Amino acid sequence: MASNDLPQFASTDTRLSRRVINVLHGNPTIIPLFVLVLGLAVFSSVVGQRFFHPFNLSLVLQQVTIIGTVALAQTLIILTAGIDLSVGAIVVLSSVAMGRLAMDHDLPPGLALALGIAVGSGCGALNGFFVTMIRLPPFIVTLGTWSVFNALIQFWSGGETIRQQEIEASAPVLQWTGEALRMGAARLTIGSLLMLLLAGLLWYVLNRTAYGRHVYAVGNDPNAARLSGIATRKVLFTVYLLAGTICGFAGWLLIGRIGAISPLGGAMTNLDSITAVVIGGTSLFGGRGSIIGTLIGALIVGFFRNGLALAGLDVLWQEFTIGFLIIIAVSFDQWLRRIST
Amino acid sequence: MMARPVTNPEPVLKARGLVKSFGRVVAMDGADFDLMPGEILAVIGDNGAGKSTMISALAGAVRPDAGEIFLGGEKVAFHSPMDARSKGIETVFQGLALAPALTIVDNLFLGREYRVPGVRGGLFRLLDRPRMREEARKHLSDLGLMTIQNIDQVVETLSGGQRQGVAVARACAFGSKVVILDEPTAALGVKESRKVLDLIKDVRDRGIAIVLISHNMPHVFEIADRVHIHRLGRRVAVVRPSEMTMSDAVAIMTGAMEPPAGQPAD
Ligand SMILES: Nc1ncnc2c1ncn2[C@@H]1O[C@H](COP(=O)(O)OP(=O)(O)OP(=O)(O)O)[C@@H](O)[C@H]1O
Ligand SMILES: [Mg+2]
Repeated sequence: MASNDLPQFASTDTRLSRRVINVLHGNPTIIPLFVLVLGLAVFSSVVGQRFFHPFNLSLVLQQVTIIGTVALAQTLIILTAGIDLSVGAIVVLSSVAMGRLAMDHDLPPGLALALGIAVGSGCGALNGFFVTMIRLPPFIVTLGTWSVFNALIQFWSGGETIRQQEIEASAPVLQWTGEALRMGAARLTIGSLLMLLLAGLLWYVLNRTAYGRHVYAVGNDPNAARLSGIATRKVLFTVYLLAGTICGFAGWLLIGRIGAISPLGGAMTNLDSITAVVIGGTSLFGGRGSIIGTLIGALIVGFFRNGLALAGLDVLWQEFTIGFLIIIAVSFDQWLRRIST
Repeated sequence: MMARPVTNPEPVLKARGLVKSFGRVVAMDGADFDLMPGEILAVIGDNGAGKSTMISALAGAVRPDAGEIFLGGEKVAFHSPMDARSKGIETVFQGLALAPALTIVDNLFLGREYRVPGVRGGLFRLLDRPRMREEARKHLSDLGLMTIQNIDQVVETLSGGQRQGVAVARACAFGSKVVILDEPTAALGVKESRKVLDLIKDVRDRGIAIVLISHNMPHVFEIADRVHIHRLGRRVAVVRPSEMTMSDAVAIMTGAMEPPAGQPAD
């Protein structure tokens, strides 16, 4: 299969299979996009017009806002061949911090918001510290901090929910992300828009800046990256820091989404974020994947849940289907990695 | 052996008494090294003789415990591979230092990307992709590494020889003075090895001094101007291929034969 002619970079093996493989390598979002389109086609034919109704589409977007945002953070981590099991806890801890700082400590709501996001950054920095300075495996570190952050959530919130009316009265800015722009039947929330904006920003960083290329390189082969002169530990640390900050930001979106601040808010966020990233074609082995893929992944999760529900199927079939999608996505990634070496 | 005339040029890269231990393993034990301008210096030695460790020290990837390194006669201390690169020493490390999932262009410029001038590059850190692609194309075609090709192809879809070609192109694309290649043909077939050897000669003919580590004696004796023989963590001899047989060189390398007197030659 190897070309014997070094100067000839043009692939000498023009067989269709090799060409397809090369295309898949260069464009990892093709498969998730295909799954999304296929899913939409199937659901719309089963469910009918209701599925593509603007209201339903914007509802799905609202439903995937939190998952999508956290999945963006998770994408950064997984691109470096890491994993962050504490993201869900960081989201809730940040939202609790925002609420408590504004309510109990009477801070100006804007400041409480900023400090709440900073709490997320602090959590990310802590993860980053253990991963890069102490050199512990990310899985272990974030399993530990997940527990720590959960304890802090319980401690700080006293296990109590801050009710919607209280927030509305004293810190309405915290709920601002839940406000909706009406466009016909569609309800587009500020939170959804912010998520899309953030995705655009991260896409830019990953694809158009040297830092972004370094994130990929570190995940792909840390040794090669180091020998290429990349400060691998600095890159890794900033990735965890950035992910924590994004989760802090997601805490704000969470308040907008549910109106109240609950210590039990984000139980499913951890696994769902990883699911969206993996279904979106990002490799758990690092160095391969994309922001757009993750958005598609989040939408796939959202639309499959929504479509299956509209089709009148029990919730358990949602989990069943999503589970299968994960396994298929990971198998595909494995296959692509194997044939390329 | 007579003393050579003093008109000898200064080595571009020189090391004296390099020492490095990893725990109880002494990988370098007072290693000396001299690379002359414009030459191909082959470094041979048994597995574990400490060749890679030595060139890693010269490339800034390993910090020696003791010893000195001189670049163009000036004493230097490299703190990182980037440090050595910025002073003109480029290295293709054993087993390649490419990121397989990144494209050819990305790999060529990894760690020294160009940004667009002005605010977009300064504040927004925007990469100058057109410039990088253009230069990548130019470098690759300068080295005869390109016909019509796709520089946006990811490296892992290339053949072994093509990858090695990209790695060599990267090493000599940035106005380097010294290019170090650690076993560049180890994983290659006959034809692809041939291409890489031709490429190495090409690079030498452009005035870049080359260090070539290899276990392949016919290759070494074909293209090297001088051969540095390494044994048990240090240089035991430097010979010219025209003045010694392959089997004698191997005998010195394995310790079956004493190095010639008056060694190491300059
Ligand atoms: N990072 C390291 N940690 C521990 N030991 C090391 C390390 N690098 C090298 N060594 C040891 O130092 C010795 C010299 O290794 P080195 O890789 O320099 O040899 P080499 O001459 O390049 O061998 P080869 O021809 O097999 O590549 C070996 O015993 C090796 O095990
Ligand atoms: Mg070696």
